[in-house]
Amino acid sequence: MNFLLSEEHKMMQKMVRDFALNECEPTAAQRDEEETFDMEIWHKMADLGLCGIPWPEEYGGAGADYLSYVIAVEELSRVDASVGVTLSAHTSLAGWPVYKFGTEQQKQKYLRAMAEGRSMGAYCLTESGSGSDAGGMKTKAVLEGDEWVLNGSKIFITNGGYADTYIVFAQTNSDLKHKGITAFIVDRSFPGFSVGKKEKKLGIRSSSTTEVIMENCRVPKDNLLGKVGEGFMIAMMTLDGGRNGIASQALGIAQGSFDKAVAYAKERVQFGKPISSLQAIQFKLADMATKIEASRLLTYQAAWREDQGISYGLQSAMSKLFAGDTAMEVAIEAVQVFGGYGYTKDYPVERYMRDAKITQIYEGTNEIQRLVIGGYLLKD
Amino acid sequence: MNILVLIKQTFDTEEKIILQKGIINEDGVNFIINPYDEFAIEEAIKLRDLHGGEVTVITIGPERAENALRTALAMGADKAIIIDGEDQDLDEYSIAKVLAAVVKGREFDLILSGNLGVDYGSGQVGPRLAEELNIAQVTTITYMEINGETAIIERDAEGDKELVEVSLPVLVTTQQGLNEPRYPSLPGIMKAKKKPIERLKIDDLDFDDDIKAKTTVMETYFPPKKNAGRILNGDLKDQVTEIANLLHSEAKVL
Ligand SMILES: Cc1cc2nc3c(=O)[nH]c(=O)nc-3n(C[C@H](O)[C@H](O)[C@H](O)COP(=O)(O)OP(=O)(O)OC[C@H]3O[C@@H](n4cnc5c(N)ncnc54)[C@H](O)[C@@H]3O)c2cc1C
Ligand SMILES: Cc1cc2nc3c(=O)[nH]c(=O)nc-3n(C[C@H](O)[C@H](O)[C@H](O)COP(=O)(O)OP(=O)(O)OC[C@H]3O[C@@H](n4cnc5c(N)ncnc54)[C@H](O)[C@@H]3O)c2cc1C
Repeated sequence: MNFLLSEEHKMMQKMVRDFALNECEPTAAQRDEEETFDMEIWHKMADLGLCGIPWPEEYGGAGADYLSYVIAVEELSRVDASVGVTLSAHTSLAGWPVYKFGTEQQKQKYLRAMAEGRSMGAYCLTESGSGSDAGGMKTKAVLEGDEWVLNGSKIFITNGGYADTYIVFAQTNSDLKHKGITAFIVDRSFPGFSVGKKEKKLGIRSSSTTEVIMENCRVPKDNLLGKVGEGFMIAMMTLDGGRNGIASQALGIAQGSFDKAVAYAKERVQFGKPISSLQAIQFKLADMATKIEASRLLTYQAAWREDQGISYGLQSAMSKLFAGDTAMEVAIEAVQVFGGYGYTKDYPVERYMRDAKITQIYEGTNEIQRLVIGGYLLKD
Repeated sequence: MNILVLIKQTFDTEEKIILQKGIINEDGVNFIINPYDEFAIEEAIKLRDLHGGEVTVITIGPERAENALRTALAMGADKAIIIDGEDQDLDEYSIAKVLAAVVKGREFDLILSGNLGVDYGSGQVGPRLAEELNIAQVTTITYMEINGETAIIERDAEGDKELVEVSLPVLVTTQQGLNEPRYPSLPGIMKAKKKPIERLKIDDLDFDDDIKAKTTVMETYFPPKKNAGRILNGDLKDQVTEIANLLHSEAKVL
């Protein structure tokens, strides 16, 4: 057993850290305030080969591993969780299902473009009436000649409006309930596809979250992903890995808040000494650091398992649950360490606190993670 | 065009220096490529991309310095040489001798190095090597262009700019403003693993002269803490007397 990162992992960690500090941090507060998505940052990530980290070179990827990918999401989120989730949704939720279930032709066309960062990916499962109960979706797909015709709308779609490639799940046979769900690769240029309302959010405000509307949207038969009726299975398997991407995002938020809290505690003087010399503050920092380390081990372990080709669904549900709760707790405590200043926008910890909340909600709320974990534990 | 780049691994500029019994403690310290050397690597890669040829990065240092070479390879250098410098007492004089022994016999049109190391800040290695090799040198450059056998170079001359035309081969030392060093890309990092690193020992090299260090470090210590300034007041004549007394008794310069 070895818990040390390899030299390559350390090198890429430093590269993403430098990139995040120099290219994302200076504008993070402003983008949050103005709710703006910055395509420029995306293009720079593409230049550094970050848009297809775990995909093989033959599909335009960097040929690195899932551990590298989670380190990248962690480092980005340590500075700006909105940039972190852009990459996470793109890689885990849109790239992964094409890599696992796509035909060679689909991989050459869609995965390659996504891996090279020429196109951005999005994942469209949630509807207004079906969130945790994703199987209850209403969006329908009907085969007409050589095309599938999709009708319905999806909400809360990360990267909506900026993404070019949307993985859309739709009912093709409602009698079969979730076994009647099918996955499609939908290009934003397809007729009948449009982007709807953009959400105004509490956190990750510079990540775009929109409605996606399909009105007689015509999708060529070649863009069926997997087989008819496999959609729900594809959606759930995709979330197994995606969850670990969110765990990495949560880990980054927690680490970022913690770093800020430590630096502030050393400088802030009350009662004649830095507050870091108070046991009350030290105990807080100790609890924060311990939970962050545990989150990191869970998250890296789940990625490592995926790299080794062994099951990781249970581990990702655990990492997402634990890291998400940790991010929320640590960010709240970071604001506490900052006292009144933490509550203002003069310091970034209030942004981290707002950003942290989403990690307990998307890609399966933390209640749903417990359901998933319970399911694994009690399966005979 | 064959380009050699001299680099050094230094403490991360964010690190706090800790002295233990007069020796700088390296435990748990983060090491980086000397920031001035990054300009040299970037310029070399750009020139190689423009004119073809190869970029070789060279360092003298302990095993950990290989990480600096890997980073340079990840940025886009083609190959690397590390000369084991452990257990040797090397100063700028001996380092230039060792580098000269490594470089002699290799084909090169251009040698780049950082203007100075952020650790010891001597700024001597580049110029000394040029002397050893008997080639032209231009220091603290902020712009460079190669036309056939000549280079047009702009250098920072104490805040002014000087334009120099020089024939190749030449050694230049790089200054801030020359370029914006790139991040090593992820595919670059992946490829760096497969690029060759040549490992040399000082004992394997041929020297005409003795390479023993010409200087010895007697003591390493922090500069004294700067005290808050004092403003003298009162009668001008009294102030003059007081300052003269202070220069004599406190500052001990008179
Ligand atoms: C910013 C943002 C980005 C998003 N990005 C995407 C995206 O890119 N693609 C996508 O498809 N979706 C996305 N989502 C949707 C997200 O995955 C859902 O919001 C999430 O799954 C929860 O669904 P819901 O909001 O409908 O809540 P509900 O399912 O209505 O849940 C409400 C509450 O009930 C609890 N609950 C529900 N069922 C159970 C149960 N069986 N047992 C115990 N408790 C239960 C939940 O835990 C929660 O606390 C995003 C959401 C947000 C806010
Ligand atoms: C929105 C807002 C409105 C406000 N309104 C008013 C107002 O109307 N009038 C007014 O006078 N003030 C007001 N305040 C100031 C507020 O009362 C202070 O922010 C608060 O008392 C904390 O002080 P501080 O921000 O300087 O934090 P600090 O005192 O620097 O505390 C930083 C952290 O150290 C901890 N800490 C400090 N000392 C100790 C100790 N001895 N032992 C253990 N832990 C310690 C704190 O609990 C905190 O977690 C307001 C603040 C805000 C944010």
